[in-house]
This record gives sequence, C-alpha cells and structure tokens, in this order.
Amino acid sequence: MVRFVLKRMLYMLITLFIITSFTFFLMKLLPGSPFNNEEKLTDAQKFILNEKYGLNDPVPVQYFNYMGNLLKGDMGVSFQYDNRPVSTMIAERIGPSAVLGIEATIFGTIIGLILGIVAALRHNTAADYVSSLFAVLGISIPSFVFAGLLQYYVGVKLDWLPVALWDGPKYHVLPALSLSVFVIATVARFMRTEMLEVLGQDYITTAKSKGLSKLVVIYKHSVRNALIPVVTILGPLAINLITGTLIIEKIFAVPGLGYQFVGSITLNDYPVIMATTIFYSVCFIVVILIVDILYGIIDPRIRVAGGKG
Amino acid sequence: MKNILELNNVNVSFHTFAGEVKAVRGVSLHLEKGESLAIVGESGSGKSVTSKTIMRLLPEKTSEIKEGEILFEGRDLTKLSNREMEKIRGSEISMIFQDPMTSLNPTMTVGKQIMEGLRKHQNLSKNEAKERAINLLKLVGIPNPEIRIGEYPHQFSGGMRQRVVIAIALACNPKVLIADEPTTALDVTIQAQILDLMRDLQQKTGTAIILITHDLGVVANLSQRVAVMYGGTIVETGTTDEVFYNPKHPYTWGLLSSMPKLNTNDKELLAIPGTPPNLLNPPKGCPFAARCPYAMQVCVDHMPDASDVTSTHKAACWLLDERAPKVEPPEAALVGGAR
Repeated sequence: MVRFVLKRMLYMLITLFIITSFTFFLMKLLPGSPFNNEEKLTDAQKFILNEKYGLNDPVPVQYFNYMGNLLKGDMGVSFQYDNRPVSTMIAERIGPSAVLGIEATIFGTIIGLILGIVAALRHNTAADYVSSLFAVLGISIPSFVFAGLLQYYVGVKLDWLPVALWDGPKYHVLPALSLSVFVIATVARFMRTEMLEVLGQDYITTAKSKGLSKLVVIYKHSVRNALIPVVTILGPLAINLITGTLIIEKIFAVPGLGYQFVGSITLNDYPVIMATTIFYSVCFIVVILIVDILYGIIDPRIRVAGGKG
Repeated sequence: MKNILELNNVNVSFHTFAGEVKAVRGVSLHLEKGESLAIVGESGSGKSVTSKTIMRLLPEKTSEIKEGEILFEGRDLTKLSNREMEKIRGSEISMIFQDPMTSLNPTMTVGKQIMEGLRKHQNLSKNEAKERAINLLKLVGIPNPEIRIGEYPHQFSGGMRQRVVIAIALACNPKVLIADEPTTALDVTIQAQILDLMRDLQQKTGTAIILITHDLGVVANLSQRVAVMYGGTIVETGTTDEVFYNPKHPYTWGLLSSMPKLNTNDKELLAIPGTPPNLLNPPKGCPFAARCPYAMQVCVDHMPDASDVTSTHKAACWLLDERAPKVEPPEAALVGGAR
C-alpha cells in the first residue's frame, strides 16, 4: 500500500510538471499584457514595469525563471493587486469555494445514492421513472440554468433565501444546490444501474436464503457492492464540481477562487493564472488518488492485487 | 410426525409479458426426517422453481403460488408472513446453490458470511459465532480454518467455495437442506469430493436433503428416493432402486437410456428427441406425449393420474392403465441389466 501511494506520488509530480509547463506557454500565447488596461501609463512606464517583472525576457528564459522560483515555493506576486503574494490571494479565496464544493459533493452524493437505490428497489414503478427523469434532466441541463431558476423563484419570487453574495449559512443554500444537481443526477443514474445489476446476483439470493431481513440484504450485501463502480465516478465528478464553481461563483457573486481565476485570465495576471491552475491540478490529482485508495478499501479483490504489486 | 416437509398439489406461475407461465403444475412431494430425496429432470422441468417455492425465494412481483400447500412440520409455509419466513430460512430450511463462483458476496469475508446467519438465528455473540464458524469450516474440510475465515471468496478455489456455501447452509443445523445442483458447476473430481462431503455430513447431522439435479449419477450416489420431474409435474417417484431398476415412465426410460455407459461399444450417446413443452401454453394431456415413442391418443387428450406400482413407487403414465398395451422398457434403460 505504501509503495502504491509512493509510486502514485511520483506520477503526480510528473503530471504536475507537464500541466504547469503547458499552462505557462498557453498563457503566453494570450494576446495583451498585464498592463494594457492602465491607459495612463506611457510606453516608457510600461517598459519599466515589464522589465521589473522580467516580462521583456524571451519566453524560455521567463519559463525557467518561473519554474526555478516555483521549486523554491515562490509563486510570485500579483501584477494587479498591489503586489500581493499569490499564495495569500489563493488562501484568502479558497474558503468559500471549498465550502461550496464540499457541501455540493456531500449533499449530491447522499441524495443521489438514495434516489438511485430507491429507483432500483422500485424498478419499473413511478418512483423509478421520476428518479430517472430527474437524472436525465440533471445531467443534460447545465448548472447555471438551475442557478438562474433558483435565484428567480426561491430568491426573488418566494423571497426565502438571499439571491447572491456570501454572508453566512443562508447564502450557501442556493449555490450549493445548483452545483449539486449534476452530482445528484450522475450518482443516481450510476447507482440505479449498479443496484439493479447487483440485486440480480446469486449472492443476493444466498443472503436471502440465510433468512436475513430485506433491509440487511440491501444495506450489507447490495449497496456496498453497487458502490464500487460509483466510487470511480466520484473523482471526475469532483473535478466537474470545481470547474462548475467557476460559473456558479460568478452568478451568485461568491468571493471564491473560481471568481478570482476567471478575473485573472481577462486581466492577464500571469502569476495568479499559473498559481490557480497549479492549485486546481493538485486538487484534481489528490482527489483521483483518494478515489483509487477508496476503491481498494471497498473492493478486497483490488486491495490484494495492489498489495502484491 | 414422519414427514418433515410435505408439498400438496403445489402450482406456481410466473406472470410474464407473454402471459402466465405455469412452471409448476400440481406437484406433490414428501420428505421424511433425515432422508435424502432427489428431484431429477432436464432444464426447465420446474425443479429449481419447486425448491425456490419451498424457500419462498421466487421474485414476489412476478411469481405466484396459485394453489396447494407446503407443510413444514405441519405449518403451511405458503401462508407465513415474510417476517415469519425469515425465521425459517437459514435456520430450519436452508439452501445450497449451483454456482459457488457467484453465490458468495465478493466484498465480505467468508467468516462474516457464515456468521451472519448464526448471529441472526441463534443470538450468538461475535466470539461464539466466530468459533462456530471456524468449526463449520473444519467440518466441511477447509484446511487452516482460523486463517481462512478472514479471507475473501476470490481467495478460494471453486470446490473450496462450494464447501463454504455448504458451511453457510449448515450453520444453524437446519432440518431440511435443499441443494440446487450443488455439483453442476464443478470439475468431475471436485464433484466427487463434494458429494462425499454431503453424504458424510448428512450422516453426522441427520439433516434431510432435497437434492436437485439432472445428473443421475449424483442421485444414485446420495439419495434414497427419487422424484422425476417433467413439464412442471412429477411423472415418476419411488425409491432410488425402484426408479433405477424398474422404471415405469417412458420419460424415465429416456433419461436412463441417455446416461453414458462404460460397458458398451456404442459410439453414439442416446438422446430423447424433441424439446420440453412450452409452459406458457402447457398441453392438456401428458406433457411428455409429444416426445414419447409410445404415446396414444389418450395421452394427448388427458393428463394421466399417478398410479401405484408399489406402496412407494408411483408413475403417471397411461401405459400403466390396465387397458393399455403392454410395453417393455428399451434395452438401454435397463440399469440392472447393464450391471
């Protein structure tokens, strides 16, 4: 197990290096410079600024300088916000994004699992059809549509919850809900299929023949086995959530990382773009590693194979 | 009370899109304490449905016990609630399934799977249940039971898994054990081991066994009595000797003839031509009439009643009627003659 994790860490570093390099050069392909918006600056002043931040050097030189600083743990300072260190900017902004993401994942997974299990147990009944319909809608309609609908009906018409901004738990509900729709739909759809598959297995009949009650058969024998494939999609789902927050934060005016990330791209704020990309990449890679470890915990057949390798 | 289990005129149907499939039609059986009864017949003859009906393991939505009673120690199982049935399943009547590769939960240790039933029915503590599970594994011949109890099914071979399945079934000392083709999915050498084990365990525990199989060799090995099923009905029943050495029903003749024999030079294996009847629309006469070389008009029109050959031997065939022509069983069906 330790060996498995170490090996994965090495791959993670390689992945990170590739992502960082790609993003760096792609970013340099973007037209404009960080100081274009400052109309008051003369060309000479812009040149001095560029010189100060090393932006007049050839791109490869800039690349090696950046990577060198990165290895020392220095992600640079923002060009736009009073020379503030990028790491502080991310640390300040990560809170709301993480809270939203975690709330949406937990809520979405739990509701999705329940919907999927109920649909499978009530196969070919009204409950099944309603849950399947919801799953199809949730997967095909983008989250910002739900965000808008929720804002209008729950926020404006009913006036139950605040339409936007970030000021206490009340403000979490609508953005987290809009984010979780996709999670609910995806998890429900997968869980339903897997449960149906598992419920038809011989070992379920064996469990019933032991005289176990329906509930125990479902909970101990069916759900756990059905969860194995569902866990694998949680990784990609979490990634989807993080990218989903980019839009949702904008719509609900949540001062999160995504909001800042989108802003930094339009402003060509190079260090912020780079640092946020690296931060997101680390999140993705760690989520995938956690999913792989979880997979081994749930499925003993994989655990043993990993132990031998 | 001699009979621990008694089926009287049991009818089971499945509701499908095509209509009602009458899978079991008027089956009557009895099982005495500690005895071993085999139900033989080809695929689709209703053997497995009969056994699952006793356990009430058929899908609730699509199947229905139309008629008849299943008496277990005098109680009619068809009338019990689900909760009452849960108390009987696994503790009074338990079941072994066909394919050990799929009948164990892959994500649960075999020990836990054995202990589940024990803890539910006998209220044992975790440690007591574990001790009992180790003893059970020892009983079914699994080496190092203390270690293997914590292992998962994929760490066991097919034969070993079937031993685990047997251990699960025997965990609560059931009075009746239903074995649904317990050796079909196993290698021939392993089959022999499992059969030996079952015979051995029956002698040790005194459990009555209903053995469901299409393998007549297995029947001869393990059972005192045989019921031959065809088209959802029992066509012949008797002691193993009676059915093997003095078969009366042409279908039994066909089954016995199609058994490979060691002492002949015949290159070809005899088979019964044709296919079993479609139970969506069962024939009104004898279900075997369409494939029977001796069929008469009456066979097509009327279902024969079971006639007594001896006090233990019954067959449902018009040939046994006194008005019928005398027909001798074919040479190939004579197991006794081949001896």
